[in-house]
Amino acid sequence: MSAATSPAAPRRRGARRIPLTWLGMLPFLLYMLVFLGAPLYVVVHGALTANGHFTLSNFSAILTQAQYLIPLKNSVILSLWTSLGPAILGLALAAAVVAGPRDGVLRRVVSSASGVFAYFAGAPLAFVWFASLGTLGVITVFFKTTLGYDLAKHFDISSQLGVGICYFYFQIPLMVIFMTPALEGLKPEWEEAARNLGATRRSYIRHVAAPVLAPSFIAAWLILFGSAFSAFATMLALDGCTQVVVPCKIYFEMSNNVLTNSIPFGLALGTEMIAVVGIVMIFYWWVQRRAGRWLR
Amino acid sequence: MSNIDCRAHTRFGRRTIRLYTVVMAAVGAAVAFGALGGSPSSAATGHSASVNWATVTSVKAGGGMAALVAAAKKEGKLNTITLPDNWANYGTQIKEFKAKYGITVNDAIPEGSSAQEIQAIQSGRGSSTAPDVVDVGESFAVADANLFAPYKVATWSDIPAGNKAANGDWYNDYGGYVSFGCDLAVVPSCPTTWAGLEGSAYKNAVALNGVPGQAGAATGAVFAAAINNGGSLTNAQPGLTFFSTLKSDGNFNSTDCDSSSVIEAGQCPIIINWDFLNVAGAWGLPSTAKWKVVVPTGTPLGEFYAQAISKTAPDPAAARLWEEFLYSTTGQNNFLKGFARPVEQAALVKNGTIDKAAYKALPLVPGKPVLPTPAQTTAAATLIAAGWSS
Repeated sequence: MSAATSPAAPRRRGARRIPLTWLGMLPFLLYMLVFLGAPLYVVVHGALTANGHFTLSNFSAILTQAQYLIPLKNSVILSLWTSLGPAILGLALAAAVVAGPRDGVLRRVVSSASGVFAYFAGAPLAFVWFASLGTLGVITVFFKTTLGYDLAKHFDISSQLGVGICYFYFQIPLMVIFMTPALEGLKPEWEEAARNLGATRRSYIRHVAAPVLAPSFIAAWLILFGSAFSAFATMLALDGCTQVVVPCKIYFEMSNNVLTNSIPFGLALGTEMIAVVGIVMIFYWWVQRRAGRWLR
Repeated sequence: MSNIDCRAHTRFGRRTIRLYTVVMAAVGAAVAFGALGGSPSSAATGHSASVNWATVTSVKAGGGMAALVAAAKKEGKLNTITLPDNWANYGTQIKEFKAKYGITVNDAIPEGSSAQEIQAIQSGRGSSTAPDVVDVGESFAVADANLFAPYKVATWSDIPAGNKAANGDWYNDYGGYVSFGCDLAVVPSCPTTWAGLEGSAYKNAVALNGVPGQAGAATGAVFAAAINNGGSLTNAQPGLTFFSTLKSDGNFNSTDCDSSSVIEAGQCPIIINWDFLNVAGAWGLPSTAKWKVVVPTGTPLGEFYAQAISKTAPDPAAARLWEEFLYSTTGQNNFLKGFARPVEQAALVKNGTIDKAAYKALPLVPGKPVLPTPAQTTAAATLIAAGWSS
């Protein structure tokens, strides 16, 4: 790498190289077409079809009937608090870690642990939850036998609180991963400059750090919201979708053992989820652009 | 310093992009080759020169059992779908069928659903891996009868008239009744009536297998609760009311009890489920488990599953041989050994060919059972699906 420190000769053959770059992208675009485009078409087309004809009836059903609206409400409520909570806790953890020495043990442990735990979800996570906090889980049993306190009477892992806190398990590390680079982008010079001009630490945070970090924070929170909104396997494994969120309702409609004509409603719900995630992504993209202004 | 860092970073980035381009190109090429090489070969039609088994409607019409066995052996395989080993003893059925005829059985998605079985027929047309035979909820058999090839097994007359399509599109294979399975390591005793579930000893105890409106067993549980709490085969609403009371009393347990591991973790004190799926053996519990199954007193609700042969079966002779096997005395007794009630049970009892030990091991049915028609099942399921999620 040291050779690279000599000034690089300006290479401006950009115009010639563009077609080649696109050629390199081609397999990826093809991949996207097959694994994103085609399923998207199947879902949206199916949602707009009944008995082989174009119809909006599937959408009018999912937007008017309580059995489809309540899962949407459940999803939004669950996703809101399981993204806001971890966003705040994750920011605090990331800030604590970034404040420490760059190559410190704490920092290395937290960042590699975050990398692992952020993707530890679904059935394995649910099993960990059962084994630790279930009716016969080790923690529950410990509380009962050693401390004489019956945790199971007050905390049910398949309640909304139980499932939601389970989401924290992968949401907090995800937030740490997103926020650490943003926090690292806060230059010490800015604080020194502010202090030199008479700012207190508090006013530095309020007038410099917070505004610079806000777009990154909001963007990360939006990702967390999307992650909670689309979480399915954890919910299914923990309580078998007895709390019905949208992905669960889609599963009921797509994989039904008792109703023969439910698939179009599942596809309509799928389209609804794509729309919600699409809106979240547009916001994310817009906020990210603002974040990019300072933290680059 | 930071400037130099920055440039180094950019160069590294560019190199990464180039590497990425190469890798993506390689992956793309691999995908393209895979798509070319892996396209499904057109399925062998598998019929002998003289007989087209795909349209044969009985073993007699096809030239007898020996001809069917020969044709099936020539096909060499059978594609089934969604037959878990511990479901109505399908593990044994498959093992014995393989041993008897030397035909490979490929079971796709063992944990799937009836809807997925139907989809697999529709999307698998022309593929050698499409399902040959299905075992679906009766309402699916009725709704999708146009996908099936009519066939009447040799013992057709032993199947009660109410348990089959008159033209042979589909036929019930086995069934059972809504029951309570109790983990006596957690609850002191097993309730014997629906009202008993509301007892104070069963706090946070009453669980289901799956979700009402999606899973057959859980939907049956709500339907049976309706029938035994002022409802009827045409009115499932009281079932929803019964469960909302169980929830508000704190007796309902929201765990999805669908495997032995959740039961052994003590999460499922009482499971309301079809009896043939609810016995210790069906759950795969150890013989030491304190597990008891009771069909509650009152009006037991029964349900039968249905067999059908796909019209587009890639192995039409093996499919027909499989049906002959399931409806033979051996096949029907195998269902019985899996605690399911075979559809030809009455005939087996009459002929004295029933497996007496297995017959005795079934839970008692106290009361006169009812069997809903497919239309009643669908109407009840629609109401239950809408009511449960809202």
